[in-house]
Amino acid sequence: MKKLLLGDEAIALGAIDAGLSGVYAYPGTPSTEITEYIQGNSLARERGIHSRWCTNEKTAMEAALGMSFMGKRALVCMKHVGLNVCADPFVNSAMTGVNGGVVVLVADDPSMHSSQDEQDSRFYGKFAMIPTFEPSNQQEAYDMMETAFDYSEQQCLPVLMRVTTRMAHSRAVVMVKDQARPENPVNYDSAAANWVLLPANARKRNDKVTAQQAQLEEDAALSKFNIGPSPIPSLVGKGEKCPLGIIASGIAYNYVQESLKTLTPQQDGREVPVLKISQYPLPKRLVRELLNNCQKVMVAEEGQPFIEEQVRGVFESQNILGRLTGELPRTGELTPDCVAAALCNAGVTAPLATRDEQGVSPLVVARPPQLCQGCGHRDVYTALNEVLKEYQNPRVFGDIGCYTLGFLPPYRAIHSCVDMGASITMAKGASDAGQWPAVAIIGDSTFTHSGMTGLLDAVNENANITVIISDNLTTAMTGGQDSAGTNKFEAICLGLGVEPEHLHVVIPLPKNMPEITRIIRQEINYHGVSVIIPQRECIQTFKRKAKAKKQTPLTPPCRERI
Amino acid sequence: MNNSIFTPRPTREGQGGGSSFKCDIILCGVGGQGILSIATIIGEAAMNENLYIKQAEVHGMSQRGGDVQSNLRISSDPIDSDLIARGSADVIISMEPMEALRYLPYLGKDGWIVTSSAPFVNIPNYPDIQDIQAELSRLPHVIAIDIEQIAKENQIPRSANVILLGAAQKALGLDYTTLENAIRSVFARKGEAVVEANIKALSLGKAAQ
Ligand SMILES: Cc1ncc(C[n+]2csc(CCOP(=O)(O)OP(=O)(O)O)c2C)c(N)n1
Repeated sequence: MKKLLLGDEAIALGAIDAGLSGVYAYPGTPSTEITEYIQGNSLARERGIHSRWCTNEKTAMEAALGMSFMGKRALVCMKHVGLNVCADPFVNSAMTGVNGGVVVLVADDPSMHSSQDEQDSRFYGKFAMIPTFEPSNQQEAYDMMETAFDYSEQQCLPVLMRVTTRMAHSRAVVMVKDQARPENPVNYDSAAANWVLLPANARKRNDKVTAQQAQLEEDAALSKFNIGPSPIPSLVGKGEKCPLGIIASGIAYNYVQESLKTLTPQQDGREVPVLKISQYPLPKRLVRELLNNCQKVMVAEEGQPFIEEQVRGVFESQNILGRLTGELPRTGELTPDCVAAALCNAGVTAPLATRDEQGVSPLVVARPPQLCQGCGHRDVYTALNEVLKEYQNPRVFGDIGCYTLGFLPPYRAIHSCVDMGASITMAKGASDAGQWPAVAIIGDSTFTHSGMTGLLDAVNENANITVIISDNLTTAMTGGQDSAGTNKFEAICLGLGVEPEHLHVVIPLPKNMPEITRIIRQEINYHGVSVIIPQRECIQTFKRKAKAKKQTPLTPPCRERI
Repeated sequence: MNNSIFTPRPTREGQGGGSSFKCDIILCGVGGQGILSIATIIGEAAMNENLYIKQAEVHGMSQRGGDVQSNLRISSDPIDSDLIARGSADVIISMEPMEALRYLPYLGKDGWIVTSSAPFVNIPNYPDIQDIQAELSRLPHVIAIDIEQIAKENQIPRSANVILLGAAQKALGLDYTTLENAIRSVFARKGEAVVEANIKALSLGKAAQ
């Protein structure tokens, strides 16, 4: 059957068709649509495949390990920075090993379209000694899912699958299977894995996994998702070498192919040998085969120079071209244009001069994203700014979500934004250093993701900070997913030890401005931990619900997503 | 501002059997204007025509009132790159006139711009609309129409984007009935009234090209 699918959707359907029993995930661009697709898929509902959002990436990874312990297949999805949050269970999952297959899908965001850094998750795979897959197109993403689950069970190791923004958020036609593989039955045969990581056990596993690496590398060399090096240079044996060969992975492979097909070849009409890498550990045997037949090799990969650095270790480095030598940009996403220019500079294709490019019109100005009209975060910042005018050097520690846009004009209201949860802990540290007023502003989903533990630290020392949990009842930035703590925030704060007289819930609306500013002022002036929760539904989810109600008045409420 | 030198691209039929077809499209606008539904309809039409498709979208941060774009490529031959190279797009379809200009470096020499003429002003330094109109009219192949106005006059306020699609039909080189059928299947779930509103929008757009 043919389907037009987003890369993320192809991954999701690939997992369902591979006999998935549960997806565990926290939203994050560009990975969010995988879990959303499974939530909306009818077979997934029929089978009762777990797909409810988790509180954060660490709880997701651990729940997936629990499902694997019982013999079933589990998928974990996150954006690249989520892997930092679940690094502990991720790295240790190589030590435990798995019973049911586990695939950890991480979506990297080079060029930082919606992220705070452009880290490359393949380094985590190498670091944790976990085999890594990297698809180049939607069909491969779909097909790879089944291979990855099979391989995970065969090797008793989780598999890391790495995609990037253009893979996750690009659509293409995919051939999908008519029938999904059945789910694994529950089994207690977890002998291959070792679920108690006491040093004595962990040492044995560490030896085993280390010894396994050679086999993993050979498997990668034989992977059906690799191509090449091809065409095998016909010069082999004659002592002559091809002027340039190319190693490409992921989306970069597509740009290389496009350039080689559409631009006029040089190199005396000889074809350029290309090695496509789709499975790691890096299959050095294939790399050597290419290197032995080429004078120079260019490495085109999306993200950091992961392959390039490893290849430099085995070849004269001046003959390796790529991001480290400036042939390709050192940072940021690759584009068909920069790959074409690099190939052209390396003499593989004719110059690009034939293309007539128009300049950017000087009229065009930037249009940065902004908080929606009617958004409650706006009222929170209006109130906060009004009160903070009265103080000398107030500092506001921001966090990650729609409300980070409060950094931009007209509010210019926050001084920091680092990682999820850092607002509260940074405010505390600053207060320890003598800062006052120290205000933290954090969203509801971010608070349950990583803010609660920091609040406990603050309470335990009665730090002189004011925490604002701007609660819009959803995870808005990523498109309005359910938020783990909805309706529980007062109870959570009280449970963590916030004093009831310093915990306030307000409704952020212009008409309530006098009350909100009064409370903020009063709590800044209180020397100790206080929490203010402005609570009003996100305008986008509110509109969406109203529209859904209007469109289908007769349908029964949909069954709660499992 | 309908253009005088109107030279439509040949439709698929017009190209005769066996010849290859390719159309690289940049869809753009401001977050929330509905460019992705235009992409869905073209994608559906292309799939029904057995064409290859690649469509790169941007989700996330930029959708909050910022500039958004999507690269849509359709071709009778397999497509490698998800992104369109500079100077090679056949059509820019834009829900907003300044946004249409933003992607000019990607437009090919004989490429078309099909854009809404009504500015969406959500920034303090939005340029003078007359300057934008003048800049657009300097380009050889431009269709600029006030889709919001047409949609309002015809009581189909939610289908302005499909009017734009109708106006781009010839530039896309896709058969009109192919687009019509795609609209039927894409909107079928939402009921006959929504389908009819969008079919009407498509024909209004077609008439404006
Ligand atoms: C570790 C990590 N996981 C996921 C994300 C992606 N992300 C950015 S903002 C956000 C949602 C924040 O929701 P909330 O705190 O409720 O604020 P809102 O956007 O609703 O205002 C998410 C999931 C991230 N940046 N870092």
